[in-house]
Amino acid sequence: MTPLLSLKNVSKTFGSKNHTVHAVHDVSFDVFPNECLAVVGESGSGKTTLANMILGVFGQSAGDIVFDGQALPTKRSLDHRRAIQMVQQNPLSSLNPKRSVGSSVRLGLDVYGIGAKSERWALVERALEDVGLSPEFRKRPPATLSGGQRQRVAIARALACQSRLVVLDEPTSALDVLVQARVLRLLNDLRQEKGLSYVFITHDLSVVRNVADRVAVFKEGQLIECEKTSDIFEAPQQDYTRQLIGAVPVVADEEIQLRNTLTQGEKI
Amino acid sequence: MNDVLNIRDLTLKFRGYTGVTDVLHGVSLNIQAGEKVALVGESGSGKSVTARIVQGLLQDLKSAQIKGDLFFEGHNLNRLSAHEWHALRGTSMSMIFQDPTSSLNPVFTIGTQFTEVLRRPDPKLSKVEAAARAGELLNSVSIHDHDRVLNAFPFQLSGGMNQRVVIAMALANQPSLLIADEPGTALDVTVQAQTLNLMHDLVEQSGTAVLFISHNLGVVREFADRIYVIYRGRIVETGPTRAVFKNPGHAYTKALLAAVPRITGGGIPDIPDTDDAFFEPMVVHNGGQA
Repeated sequence: MTPLLSLKNVSKTFGSKNHTVHAVHDVSFDVFPNECLAVVGESGSGKTTLANMILGVFGQSAGDIVFDGQALPTKRSLDHRRAIQMVQQNPLSSLNPKRSVGSSVRLGLDVYGIGAKSERWALVERALEDVGLSPEFRKRPPATLSGGQRQRVAIARALACQSRLVVLDEPTSALDVLVQARVLRLLNDLRQEKGLSYVFITHDLSVVRNVADRVAVFKEGQLIECEKTSDIFEAPQQDYTRQLIGAVPVVADEEIQLRNTLTQGEKI
Repeated sequence: MNDVLNIRDLTLKFRGYTGVTDVLHGVSLNIQAGEKVALVGESGSGKSVTARIVQGLLQDLKSAQIKGDLFFEGHNLNRLSAHEWHALRGTSMSMIFQDPTSSLNPVFTIGTQFTEVLRRPDPKLSKVEAAARAGELLNSVSIHDHDRVLNAFPFQLSGGMNQRVVIAMALANQPSLLIADEPGTALDVTVQAQTLNLMHDLVEQSGTAVLFISHNLGVVREFADRIYVIYRGRIVETGPTRAVFKNPGHAYTKALLAAVPRITGGGIPDIPDTDDAFFEPMVVHNGGQA
């Protein structure tokens, strides 16, 4: 299968002559069609820098980002921007408080010129319906919505412009556990239904275990392990990965058992 | 009984532009000396306001209507004056907040802030003595280069380091009750695990009672002896942590536990956001006190 997105020896350095920071160093991986790749690592490991390069917020210092067979330039065409969308962590700050929910979702359609002008409100309502919100939500400001509903709007906004790859940057860490479960299910259903690919950035490994097909573990800007989810959790190769799994607070007895076998009963 | 904190039938209403909102509908809980008790619930369930009322931080708010009795070490807190409340906070009752970096003052060094904490019970404490005492306390949270840390500003230290400093400060005056409101939620999992283990060992040594507020069931399971589950301003289940996790009795607790993703896999279950069964009466396990 040909990958939808491949990163080839991508690096990013910040800073001046005297002081440089290697935020991402020589990273290569593929994301296949309809796949959910999780990117995990602690703060400062380069997860968000990576997301920004995939989205084209800034260019890479070295290496190539290839999307659907074409190397992406730093300055992206409208089509490329449309195909790669993102959902941010905190929907309250990522949605414009002065725009109604509908006009936030519609903005993308206007920019990318999707559908005839007269049809666009219908498209917006369909996008809201896809994420389980009734058409009446169109006119409401984000402030009147609950956290889960707001995140649904952010997802609708990303999907309304017929994107193919969605970068999810901690999409559920601001949500309560019951709401999180519903949003994760929604994301999974939408992926199957629309054949989307996800780059799922998170530090919550218990979420990763249940939503991702493959996991890429980052440490200090480097990709240290990238394997199938079951392999990562059952037989992690790197000490750092073992440490990350060992630090997850868990609720069930069988989870404690798994954690103990990985860390050999050592306290983190 | 030997209760450090006893809350009886606490109700709270907020008066706003659109009318009165009921926030707490008769919350009762107690914490014995040296006990680690968790209050678990989702956002908006009333966890943090309960902690604020215990510290007397909501009583002055005109829009808040508070009823119910609060007993701290046998004294009725409702009778305290503002001055007496102030004397209590930071000495026999202390607090740890969610984000350690923003709960420290960015324009003063750690040393200055530490001295301020140590001078609460003992205003005449000299600078040298305070620095020596701060050094000892930092030792207890495994910070060994005291001088660098005491001379640093909070933004010069990492989140995990600040969290240790905050823990050391909170325990500096040997409080009988420590209120920890979502401690470490802003930190990485590895750092959170380390600092929670540290806090666990320290409160165990000093015999400090802890009211631990969290929405993270995994963290609660590892930290608390006994838990109260709160939903929309009502306690729905209480009991020893082990019993509640092993055999949850209330529909809401069951849903909450089922919704936590497992690192052993199994997918994300389909659970409703809300259900009439979530409003059923409280379930009390053996060994738990209502």
